[in-house]
Amino acid sequence: MIGTATPAPARLSARLWLALLIFACFAALPVIAAVTDDPFLLLIGTRILAYAIAAMALDLILGYGAMVSFGHAAYLGFGAYAVAILNSVGVTDLVLHIAFAVTISAVFAAITGAISLRTRGVYFIMITLAFGQMAYFFFVSLSAFGGDDGTPLPARSTLFGSQALEDDRTLFYVALGLLIALFTLATRIVGSRFGRVLIGTRENPVRMEAIGLAPFRYQLTAFVISGCMTSIAGVILANQAEFVSPAFMNWHRSGELIVMVVLGGVGNLTGAIGGAVVALLLEDWLAVLTEHWRLLFGVFLIVMVLYSPHGITGALDRIARGRR
Amino acid sequence: MTNLFILQLLNGAQLGVLLFLIAAGLTLVFGIMDVINLAHGVLYMIGAYLIATFAGLTGSFWLGLLLMFPAALAVGLVIERLVIRPLYARSHLDQVLATFGLVMIVNEGVKIIWGPSPLSVPMPDLLSGSIALIGPLQYPVYRLAIIAAGLAVAAGLYVVINHTRIGMLLRAGATNRDMVSVLGVNIRRLYSLVFALGAVLACFAGAIVAPILSVDTGMGESVLILTFVVVVIGGIGSIRGAFLGALLVAIVDTLGKTFGPILLRFVMEPAAAGQTGRMLAPMLIYILMAAILFARPQGLFGPKPS
Repeated sequence: MIGTATPAPARLSARLWLALLIFACFAALPVIAAVTDDPFLLLIGTRILAYAIAAMALDLILGYGAMVSFGHAAYLGFGAYAVAILNSVGVTDLVLHIAFAVTISAVFAAITGAISLRTRGVYFIMITLAFGQMAYFFFVSLSAFGGDDGTPLPARSTLFGSQALEDDRTLFYVALGLLIALFTLATRIVGSRFGRVLIGTRENPVRMEAIGLAPFRYQLTAFVISGCMTSIAGVILANQAEFVSPAFMNWHRSGELIVMVVLGGVGNLTGAIGGAVVALLLEDWLAVLTEHWRLLFGVFLIVMVLYSPHGITGALDRIARGRR
Repeated sequence: MTNLFILQLLNGAQLGVLLFLIAAGLTLVFGIMDVINLAHGVLYMIGAYLIATFAGLTGSFWLGLLLMFPAALAVGLVIERLVIRPLYARSHLDQVLATFGLVMIVNEGVKIIWGPSPLSVPMPDLLSGSIALIGPLQYPVYRLAIIAAGLAVAAGLYVVINHTRIGMLLRAGATNRDMVSVLGVNIRRLYSLVFALGAVLACFAGAIVAPILSVDTGMGESVLILTFVVVVIGGIGSIRGAFLGALLVAIVDTLGKTFGPILLRFVMEPAAAGQTGRMLAPMLIYILMAAILFARPQGLFGPKPS
């Protein structure tokens, strides 16, 4: 369905260089923020890092497993609410927040994934969307945490008992560290035997069954891994905004995650990260330009889909190959 | 208690026929054209805005409704030509993205044209007021009229789909698209027709619900997701499935919201029952969907997966 061939090893390493370049730019951001004396730069940067993690996690199943999940924003919400819920009972440590977020997400992903994976194509898209909305409505009616309006967090998560994350720069570097760690993990997953089976399932599930591998188990495992990774992005987002609300899990958010993945280029983890950067910067830039930025963003989306189906990394590949 | 049950059942039926009007078009677009259209919800919204404008201009709900139809048809044809047609040969992912972009454009465009504040449409005099049903039970005439209109459209669709040549093509298209085009049917014209028909039905739903809702930009969104659930439950491409699915979803949703907390009171304290009921009620239809899919992944009336 998603017709990108497995990238050749040589190009994969080019993508790795691109990823390293993006990470280096991120690492330099606090310096730029200090020089230009712009405190918002770090907060924007942290937000971009969180979405980069989420987009990369989505690419893991969308790009490598051809599972178009339209409910991934739910996991952002689980991550964010994990912080709020544990804070309300006095548990403030970031590691515990992440562990809790990952646990809820694993359970939710395992149950909904097992049901959704019984179907394919359009059905899968619509069912994941419906489950995402189910989670959304659950938190909307959760009046203990502000319901529809959400609730502010009393403080950011603590890191091994210290308040270090209250400093925007520390939070930024923690987010960057998580992105790099998860990128490494995702690259390893994709390169492993598990990853090969997943890619094989994307290309031809019938053949995978014929050689004796049941696609369902591999797809479900990937789905759960992806959901857990996305929830870590949610933990970061909650800390960045110091606020949680069901708006994190609105279906528009799921759509935006897909936009990031496709914008960057499907099926190579670097693309999703780049796509998150470009999409969020474009949103911010258009929002400065006009209050009706969504109109322009919508036009941009349609034009992109109709004229550049392989995203940014696809365009880079074309340039690298000397065509166009 | 019985009165409350009948009232809620009628409310459920009213929501059900609205969902059916929207889902009918959506399921045909999925089933025949194999296009996933996230922008179907905004068509419903456009219908409401169109009648708000036309009813305001002409001073009459009925004239407004009459003018709404050609306008809705035009909107449907323009969207099909500009955005949907280039997507026929594309992957579902591309379709999701492009129609997601369309949702953003239309939502924002509506805000620019009609302003951000909600509009209201006056109820036609002929259908205002309530009538007595059984004993002391009163029900608004307009809501009964919506149910009647929805059932009439459903009957009309039944006749068209089962007893006309166009309907035969629609059924054939939902079963095997390629075969229909091989047999010499102008598939492109059939697609335009299907999309325009779906657009008019969705706009009609938006128009008739406008007098009892406030017309605003968010109205398409909540309905879109419900419609997806309906289409998935009913089975893609099946009008009959859409009809039964719509009524099922609407009645479960309406009754669950009212009677969920009441039933839970038998097993827990009233305060906790109210709280739990409010949390569980919105999830009921998704649980219903999951249960049906678990038994029949293709939906109630969907084609068997090959």
